[in-house]
Amino acid sequence: MAFYDSLFDSLGLRDWCGADDKGGPMTMAELLARSKGTTVTEETSAWNLPFPSLDNLHAACEAVPRTRDMTSGVEQFFLDIKSGLQFVLDPLTQPLSWLLDGSIWLFIAMPWWLLIGLTLVAVQWITRSKGSTLLVAITWLFLAFIDHYDYAVQTMAIIFVCTGLSVLIGVPIGIAMSKNDRLQKAIIPILDMLQTLPSFVYLIPLIFLFSVTESKLYGIAIILYAIVPVIRLTDLGIRLVDQDIIEAANAFGMTARQKLLSVELPLALPNIMAGVNQTIMMSLAMVVIASLVSAPGLGVLVLRGINNLELGVGLVSGFCIVILAILLDRVSKATLARVDVSQDS
Amino acid sequence: MTTNVKVSIKNLYKIFGPEPQAALAHAKNGVDKPSLLEEHGHVLGLKDINIDMQDGEITVIMGLSGSGKSTLIRHFNRLIEPTDGQILIDGKDVMQLSDEELRKMRQADMSMVFQKFALLPHKTVLENAGLALRVRGFQADDADTEARKWLDRVSLSGFEEHYPHQLSGGMQQRVGIARALTSNSAVMLMDEAFSALDPLIRNDMQDLLLELQKELHKTIIFISHDLDEALKLADHLVILKDGEVVQQGEPQEILLNPSDPYIEDFVSDINRARVLRVRSVMQPLSDTITPTAGAVDYNDTLEDVISHSDGDTTKIYQVIRNGEAVGTICMKDLVRALVPRAPSTEGIRNQINAA
Repeated sequence: MAFYDSLFDSLGLRDWCGADDKGGPMTMAELLARSKGTTVTEETSAWNLPFPSLDNLHAACEAVPRTRDMTSGVEQFFLDIKSGLQFVLDPLTQPLSWLLDGSIWLFIAMPWWLLIGLTLVAVQWITRSKGSTLLVAITWLFLAFIDHYDYAVQTMAIIFVCTGLSVLIGVPIGIAMSKNDRLQKAIIPILDMLQTLPSFVYLIPLIFLFSVTESKLYGIAIILYAIVPVIRLTDLGIRLVDQDIIEAANAFGMTARQKLLSVELPLALPNIMAGVNQTIMMSLAMVVIASLVSAPGLGVLVLRGINNLELGVGLVSGFCIVILAILLDRVSKATLARVDVSQDS
Repeated sequence: MTTNVKVSIKNLYKIFGPEPQAALAHAKNGVDKPSLLEEHGHVLGLKDINIDMQDGEITVIMGLSGSGKSTLIRHFNRLIEPTDGQILIDGKDVMQLSDEELRKMRQADMSMVFQKFALLPHKTVLENAGLALRVRGFQADDADTEARKWLDRVSLSGFEEHYPHQLSGGMQQRVGIARALTSNSAVMLMDEAFSALDPLIRNDMQDLLLELQKELHKTIIFISHDLDEALKLADHLVILKDGEVVQQGEPQEILLNPSDPYIEDFVSDINRARVLRVRSVMQPLSDTITPTAGAVDYNDTLEDVISHSDGDTTKIYQVIRNGEAVGTICMKDLVRALVPRAPSTEGIRNQINAA
């Protein structure tokens, strides 16, 4: 007899509960009890009153579902909509796979001196800061010297593509949010969820949807995780633009488009750049975790270190990730500083 | 001086709150500001404003903070929508304009100068000054040529490639004025344009504006909380209190005949000798008074006459306008005009003192 039997009896729900046959799978406690040749008996004093959870209620009444029925229900629901989702999402996200594979191939195929040279020119042009360029040069030469060049290049290629796409998708979403209060209210909880959901949890539904061998699997995971700051800070940046200046823009008869392109976006740029910096750092964090789902790069080495207890491999590649992070942070902050200077003191 | 009405406001009401239309009916039935707020939860921003602004004149709308003057000036180009009433520019009702027409009007017919300058911080002085033309779709070269011309006019040549934050407040506002002038609009709205500047610079800017106005004859609508400034600039002065016009007219007229204790209070602090002009105090030509001293001009300030007379109150001057004698001015009348009527007992100041 389960504790809540009397409850269902007194409410007259016994018929609804059905016969007292123990159909479905048994709990571990029941299994142990049976193997010992006894039955599970509950203490019924008020002191160890069991919480009326699904499992406890089920013991008294078959019609109440167990918690494991709930989780398998979620799973079943997901499996049911899987083919539909796949039908829509697969072709839609296919370009992401091509983009990731293509850029990894391109970065690897380029001779090392060309890639490092181009990177240095690009960094100098974007940041106009000799210090940043020097830092990038030293970092790359060091990584190449300890034979981590290929892994680092793969990681960088993934970050490059994912950050680019995050900005491309995130900035318009941020702009739309800043223009529409209701949209902002609707999107902020989604952003909060994306930001707080443990990063491993992202991977679970994605593994169901796409094959683990496809690059878009980790691409989507990284973008979902890293897109949040750029959306938030674009929205914030545009909302923070001095209202006096917006009023002046209106008073001189600017169209909404002119206002956005020549007033709001330029003035929000420092904030947007801060968002891009965060996005880069978050995609670097995610690209390591994404090595669980076959993302190439330094994460693979970290994973090898954990799996095979190769302490040295894990630590050195971890250190390489740290210097990549420093490099990305410094370069994007130097860019931000340059953008800031041309605005106000 | 022309007498064409360029901009005209008729029966303008502005009510802030959730249901302004419902509150409008109460306001029109004579419910006053405090009771509208208390009983109906609406703020009466502007009440039954009627102002005619003459072409080529400077109309100064003055009032203390909270009097609704900044709200009022934003109605001219509909940065704020009125609850009721008409705004006519060249006889055309601004309220009837579509969004597109309204934008065109803001681009070409009306320019605005702001208290906090509101220059674009990421654009150079030259780009800022040419803003109106760039917005209208002019080629950058044409806009720059025009902008250079006006920057030169406000003595900012050589600063074209600077950014606004590199300039002082006064210079930034010069850019603001150049920006408004470059648009070549007939109407200029100036929202406390000089209030953020320190007194000496403010004086310079007022002189600059008057000098430009002598040449350009724009229709300028100027908002100010400073009576000295208002009296210096105004051809037509409108005094606003709690969203209502308490008196409007020629500044000299208001100064000599304040119609309200509020205005009497206001004008009692003014250096009257510097503001009042001979024409407001003189007597018409007559046989009984004969000038004993020299001649003064119709538009001289009383201060000029006093310095002329060396403080001798027995003198009587001939008043000359365009070379013709039009009247006489006795120093005794002049001195009497310098003393304001006593501030009324109901005036704000006494209320404050009592409290």
